[in-house]
Amino acid sequence: MARPHGNDRSASARPDDGRRDFLTKVVAVACGGLATLPPVVAGLWAFLDPLGRTRGAASFLSVADLAAIPDDGLPRQFPVIADRVDAWTGFAAEPVGAVYLSREKGSREVRALSATCPHAGCFIDLEKATQCFRCPCHNSSFTLDGSIVNPSPSPRAMDALECRVGGNGQVEVKWQKYRAGVAEKVVQG
Amino acid sequence: MSRPAARAVSGPPSGKSVFGRLADFLDDRTGYRAVVHEALYERVPGGARWRYVWGSTLVFAFMTQVITGLFLWANYSPSAQTAWESVYFIQHEVAGGWLLRGIHHFMAQAMVVLLALHLLQVVIDGAYKAPREVNFWLGLVLMMLVLGMALTGYLLPWDQKGYWATIVATNLAGIVPFVGPSLQQLVIGGPEYGHHTLTRFFALHAGFLPATLVIFLVVHLALFRKHGLHAKRPITKPDAMFWPDQVLKDAVAMLAVMAVILGVILMPALRAMLAGEVVHPGHLGAELGAPADPSLPYAAARPEWYFLFLFQFLKVFEGWGATGEFFGAIVVPGLIMTVMALMPIVGNWRLGHRFNVAFTLAIFAGVGLLTAMALNEDYSALWVNRASLAEAEKLHEQTGGDAAKLTAALGGDRTKTAAIERQWKTLEKVRRSQAYLDAVKLAEADAARAVELAGRPERIPPAGMLELVRHDPLSQGPRLFAQHCGSCHAHVDPLAADAEAVIAKSSAANLYGFGSADWMRGLLDANQVAGPAYFGNTAHNEGDMVSFVRNDLADEATWPKADIDAVIAAMAAEAGRPVPQEIAGLVEKGRELVAASDRCGGCHAFRGNGTDLGAAPDLTGWGGREWLVGIITDPTHERFYGDTNDRMPSFGKAAEGAIPPLAREQIDLVADWLRGEWYRPAQH
Repeated sequence: MARPHGNDRSASARPDDGRRDFLTKVVAVACGGLATLPPVVAGLWAFLDPLGRTRGAASFLSVADLAAIPDDGLPRQFPVIADRVDAWTGFAAEPVGAVYLSREKGSREVRALSATCPHAGCFIDLEKATQCFRCPCHNSSFTLDGSIVNPSPSPRAMDALECRVGGNGQVEVKWQKYRAGVAEKVVQG
Repeated sequence: MSRPAARAVSGPPSGKSVFGRLADFLDDRTGYRAVVHEALYERVPGGARWRYVWGSTLVFAFMTQVITGLFLWANYSPSAQTAWESVYFIQHEVAGGWLLRGIHHFMAQAMVVLLALHLLQVVIDGAYKAPREVNFWLGLVLMMLVLGMALTGYLLPWDQKGYWATIVATNLAGIVPFVGPSLQQLVIGGPEYGHHTLTRFFALHAGFLPATLVIFLVVHLALFRKHGLHAKRPITKPDAMFWPDQVLKDAVAMLAVMAVILGVILMPALRAMLAGEVVHPGHLGAELGAPADPSLPYAAARPEWYFLFLFQFLKVFEGWGATGEFFGAIVVPGLIMTVMALMPIVGNWRLGHRFNVAFTLAIFAGVGLLTAMALNEDYSALWVNRASLAEAEKLHEQTGGDAAKLTAALGGDRTKTAAIERQWKTLEKVRRSQAYLDAVKLAEADAARAVELAGRPERIPPAGMLELVRHDPLSQGPRLFAQHCGSCHAHVDPLAADAEAVIAKSSAANLYGFGSADWMRGLLDANQVAGPAYFGNTAHNEGDMVSFVRNDLADEATWPKADIDAVIAAMAAEAGRPVPQEIAGLVEKGRELVAASDRCGGCHAFRGNGTDLGAAPDLTGWGGREWLVGIITDPTHERFYGDTNDRMPSFGKAAEGAIPPLAREQIDLVADWLRGEWYRPAQH
């Protein structure tokens, strides 16, 4: 049985690019494009949603009792406890990060340094042996007051956090994150 | 490096535009023109026709699912504690998430419809015949893959609907002989439904099935091209090219499908806007039920509409046990698929094609009929006139559904007996339908409540939404009350339409608003105290309180209205309920009256008034949370009714080593619910 519907396109029907078809082509492309638009737009709309989300304003969090920080100038690591929201989940009073706190002999002034490396965001170690801060990722080094030790991959000193001591002796730190990898200390929104 | 001269089309500028030259360059390196040409310039014998659009529209639908599916994937989290939560987040909090999910949800349904149309067109046109048999079989495989994706996708939100539908579907898979139980365990990822059911269904839905589908689709399309389009005879018009003639028709069909889907999603918004209401985009598009709860009965469980026919078909085999189920869910559908697969061979016989068309139409008619039957069973209460069944309903109540008694009641009238018996059957159907509709309503309320709770400022606890729902007095209170308290106590607003009937049927006090000023006013009303809403149907209906209210309180000389108001104010305050403005100043005076030994304090202990416990319930903290928890735990305690307790069980007390009827936490939930204490979203 001869099949007239084979894929023989050599003969009669050559592609006709003439003006006759122009309108048909425009309408076809327009309809196809319009039909495809909603899923693409909805998808991108939802995909770009994170751009509209911001961290809440930074607030002072109680991290330690003043008495818990020995006045020997040596930094100690303290966890920062805060309520945290991760998309739909709410965590109550959870460790969200860490700070190094230190104070000088007899002083009530506390120095707070974020444990997050300003270079690429790793967690900075306190090296007891060499008495300095060292980031385990790329070896950025800092003195005990957070100053940069050159040469260093870190573009700036460790991030000092605003710190105050309340009347009840509670040390409160303004918990903030700063953009990594830049020389200026810029708050991350 | 030298190049054959014939291919050196990107030679010296020949008056072509930059784009023209760039296209030449690309074609030289890729040969794309030939590919595009191959794709677009397919000959359509007899010209473009609308009946050829279904295949292309299906490809378009699939592409839409891929696009929306990938973007949904970017937000979805498959685990028992995060699936519902992440879908909630997509639907209610991610910008445009409702639209994304809506398109995916409804396009899945459109795909099933398009599949049916494509299959119908192929069978009717005889496009399955030689040499296209293999492509027909590939099409059947593609159909099964699409249905598989629909089935697996239904579970992913991990809501009540998807959960229970999946339980049923996987249990049916479990009755396949020999391999069934292993198959079931493999699919659900272990002996129990949970994390691995979701990870596996998700892997199937977004990985295995679509990847397999793409492979089959590529071969399907390649074979379609190899054999060319199967033209509808007779061919009367000249041939045309696929591009642009058929493409135009295809594109218009795609646009129409997308328009219908957007219409379905946006119609409620349009309606709300026209009615001047606020539109919450989260409530548009796909539904999200309450989170899956294996411990909660879910009478609204139904498969998605396109599987309703199977659901209904299984009912045909009711009473046959596992054999019936095996027959209905596996043997019959398997036979139908076998006949369909044999169509290309059957089609070679003289009347083969006619048989195939008739068979397919019969299957479609059967599916339609079964679907209609399923819908009729579920929704008949909406259109059957209940009033016309009133007499039958009454007779049913009188005779308890006994045919002999009915004949006697009708004085031996056989025709009437038969008519009433027919109406009883209808009545039974309507009742079942009503039960389903009520279950749907309850499911909707639960879903709305879950969404409300998920929006709390504290957000969802790490243990997941179910944890929150299970600790919600508004979700759990009515259920616990119905189960444990409702067989005696009513809980109905006295102003509600059916309040009187409900209260009359109860055998203990109506606890609606217990502790409120209104409730107390009713108790202290001589006309109500011995009524069914208070002590009327209890052992206390001739007790001291009833006679006190009827005799002492009714005497205006000793109990002027202001004094009663004062007592009401004091008791509402005791319960921690709002005291009405006009009697708010009387609380202190009321407390004195309640405590006084010649007033309430003669029997009731109140705030250290010296009256011993035991004679009447302690009014200290009456109606408050602690008091309610106490009386539910043990009404026989001397603080409450002691040995005069009527029939109320001690819900929180059990013999040594036994488990009490209600856990402390459940009692708390009932108490909080009775007191109206549950989370309410801040008014916007």
